[in-house]
Amino acid sequence: MSNVTDAAAGTSTPASGEDSAEAAKAGSGPVLAADGRPLKQTLRRTLRREKMRALALIAPLLLFVVITFIVPILSMLFRSVENQIVQNTMPGTVQAIQSWDEQGTEPPGEEVFVRLYFDLFKASEAKRHTQVGNRLNYEQPGLSSMFRGTGRDLDDMGEEFQDVFEEIDPAFEEAAFWYELLSGEGGEALLEERRELLAAMNKEEMDGDVGFVPSAQMADILPWTTMAYTDFAIWTAIEDQDVVSGEEPWEAVYAGLGQDLRNPGTVAAIEDYSGPWSTTLRAAAENRDQLPQQGFREMFVASDEDWDSVDAWRTIALYSPPITAGYFLNSVDMTKTVDGIESRPETQQIYLTLFQRTLIMSLIITGSCILLGYPVAWLLANLPLRTANVLMILVLLPFWTSLLVRTSAWKVLLQQQGVINEILVWLGFVDDANRLVLMNNATGTIIAMTHILLPFMILPLYSVMKTIPPSYLRAAKSLGATNWTAFWRVYFPQSVPGIGAGSILVFILAIGYYITPEIVGGTSGVFISNRIAYHISSSLNWGLAAALGSILLIVVLALYWLYDRIVGIDNVKLGG
Amino acid sequence: MKLTTTLMTSTALTVAAGVASAQEMANDMTLVSWGGAYQASQQNAYSEPYMEMHPEVSIVWDESSNEAVAKLRAMNEAGNITWDLVDVVASDAMRLCDEGLAMEIDHDEALEPAPDGTDASDDFGDLIVSDCFIPQIVYSTTFGYRTDMVPEGAEAPNDICDVWDTETYPGKRSLEKRPINNMEWALLCDGVAKDEVYDVLATDEGQQRALDKLDEIKDDVIWWSAGADTPQLLADGEVFMGSTYNGRLFSAIEEQDQPIAMMWDAQVFDLDGWIVPTGLPEDRLARVMDFLRFATDTQRLADQAKYISYGPARESSAPLVGEHAELGIEMAPHMPTDPDNAANTFLYNYEFWADYRDDIDAKFQAWLAQ
Repeated sequence: MSNVTDAAAGTSTPASGEDSAEAAKAGSGPVLAADGRPLKQTLRRTLRREKMRALALIAPLLLFVVITFIVPILSMLFRSVENQIVQNTMPGTVQAIQSWDEQGTEPPGEEVFVRLYFDLFKASEAKRHTQVGNRLNYEQPGLSSMFRGTGRDLDDMGEEFQDVFEEIDPAFEEAAFWYELLSGEGGEALLEERRELLAAMNKEEMDGDVGFVPSAQMADILPWTTMAYTDFAIWTAIEDQDVVSGEEPWEAVYAGLGQDLRNPGTVAAIEDYSGPWSTTLRAAAENRDQLPQQGFREMFVASDEDWDSVDAWRTIALYSPPITAGYFLNSVDMTKTVDGIESRPETQQIYLTLFQRTLIMSLIITGSCILLGYPVAWLLANLPLRTANVLMILVLLPFWTSLLVRTSAWKVLLQQQGVINEILVWLGFVDDANRLVLMNNATGTIIAMTHILLPFMILPLYSVMKTIPPSYLRAAKSLGATNWTAFWRVYFPQSVPGIGAGSILVFILAIGYYITPEIVGGTSGVFISNRIAYHISSSLNWGLAAALGSILLIVVLALYWLYDRIVGIDNVKLGG
Repeated sequence: MKLTTTLMTSTALTVAAGVASAQEMANDMTLVSWGGAYQASQQNAYSEPYMEMHPEVSIVWDESSNEAVAKLRAMNEAGNITWDLVDVVASDAMRLCDEGLAMEIDHDEALEPAPDGTDASDDFGDLIVSDCFIPQIVYSTTFGYRTDMVPEGAEAPNDICDVWDTETYPGKRSLEKRPINNMEWALLCDGVAKDEVYDVLATDEGQQRALDKLDEIKDDVIWWSAGADTPQLLADGEVFMGSTYNGRLFSAIEEQDQPIAMMWDAQVFDLDGWIVPTGLPEDRLARVMDFLRFATDTQRLADQAKYISYGPARESSAPLVGEHAELGIEMAPHMPTDPDNAANTFLYNYEFWADYRDDIDAKFQAWLAQ
């Protein structure tokens, strides 16, 4: 960009230069351009226009980088703290659990389980309950099957109520009965509230005409029933595209009526009620002792006894806020408990070890790349062009070969029955029974990765060395320097920018490598990236993978800053 | 449940309508599988005969099954499902079903009954471990060993605990770099009864016990992560014995003539099959369901066993298993389900691993890194 503006300024100055000379002769007022405006202003405008043009030129690239690079990275980073799924899927439960004592020894009471039933029922209709189960299972094993298994029993729990109601009055089987009973006016607010909750759970808009408005009167008399039916209506109309009045309601609606009838106030209100179907309702209220007597808590515990476990509920409570530090704590071998943040048990600590190992081994690889690459680059830069070109091809050839092929080739070379060991045994350097273990450990990773990353060191070194005139060395020697002094005092300092550039390239590439360590690294030669890959593709714990990735990114940025402070980033040259 | 039934019926209706008029079916299909000999067997047994019947159809294969779960999730988030039918192992099918990424299937409606009229769901029986899963093959993870490396005077290994017996059988072992199967084998050899393995493994002490047992041979183990690793390590003589999928060992032994033999003891059965991603447009769904009905019928499943030594998932296919298409050897004795091979088998517990996978894996990896 600076070139463009310089050029623009350059072209516009000569003309105005004469003008200003004349203006200076006139000897008064600001310097004017040819059109009479102050020269300063004209210049500034020209510059701004050139800048805008330059910006327009790079705009497509900028936009491309933002859309394809920065936005995905930010959204991935956000996953490392995001935890909306629990709250979105079980909003009622999360709210009800606030008043539960996490430190206590008792699981939550019936009111939480009632909420849980209606939350989970609608979640299981949307097939979201298993996702919450999987999310919570990352924190405590067993929760995944608890949610999945109970999800299958939710219908049965509702059917226990349904059967009794249908026995009391066959009208309860009719889709039309429920629609006529519960629809009315005044319940728009409830409808919108439930719509929003469903949309949050389903992660998509639930807009559209439901064809049902809950009656405000019924919402007062039968709150649970109306709420469950409203959920059902929205789901049926928007998601299934069916007509609400023609569909038999969810089992949860029957369970809702059962739950309502447990409230003496409701029974009294039904006595006073005189709207449509009042006789049917009254019959249900009068025969309420035929309904299942067990509470929802008992039903859940019967479905899976872990619902009675305080630990399971603590996990749910701990991971109910929409933002969590849990993934980051996990990435540094810590964990969240009701008593605060604690270290994980020693048998589960792994990430700090891996971070440390990744950094140390990447440094070793960078170091060995410098040692091996420097002489090669020097040769390339100082040999006659023809020989240098041949050597250059030798450097580039592996660079063009597939990474997997090169790594597999190292496997053939390094294994215990491999080429290197065979030669050593044949030469008698190594005993046949004690062949060297060169791979499936850190050694394997270092050897293979040094080879793979070597071109990234050689090429910047070469391009820098190419610019160092050979006459400097000759001059130093003619002034009496020994070979070593000439190299160390004259040549080497000039090649440092190349080392800097190569080191940054190699180190940053090495830190993110995972294919090579996976193949030749065994257990002691794998990097943190291997665990990130595992959590992305295998365990599907993307939150943890994002947290590990974020930490890696921060570490790299910190090292870059440190490098800038010590070596200076201006001192890095990628070419000429 | 009412809603599910409605969904099912509408799916079935779509399928029925699709069968009735071929115009509504898409002609391009992307199938996802594992590559290699396994995918070749599917091409030979399923897709080529299907394309002969429907010359207008073109099928593209994608070899991404081992990262299918992650990729399907990414596709779902991007709102662009490019796959039509995906071959996954049963545990992945369960997870995809849990995540809502795979479609629930009414097996009786969508699949062909057995030739004697038995419903598909009865013909597959217990192998339908998830509502979204259409079983295809039974494979097993088992051990192979170098016959020429068995020490003189020693019997060939025939017991899972021979893996731990490094005195009688020196040499390295190759085991998969994940806890599944290894933990079970370790407990079995530590004296836990077969039907109590998962109860023990559910406790912290049991997990530690399994790791302690594995610790005995930790220095002698090369850990593999790709199914092709163990056959290669055996062929190179790097290891004396190693675990892998039985079909891989079959091809090393019979097709490549390596001095390797099978040790079927305590082989762990697992399943592989199809899932249909959710959210396919109707014309593509109709085509997939049509293909699926064809590719999972009794004869097609039996045909696949001509090319690879994995047992067909339908009970009615077993009697139809014949000879290898090229080698001409009887395939039945090479099937993991053959009575001689299945004398002592171990059944993988999907529920257990769905729950404990993350927890035990963390401990296993921490133990490996020590």
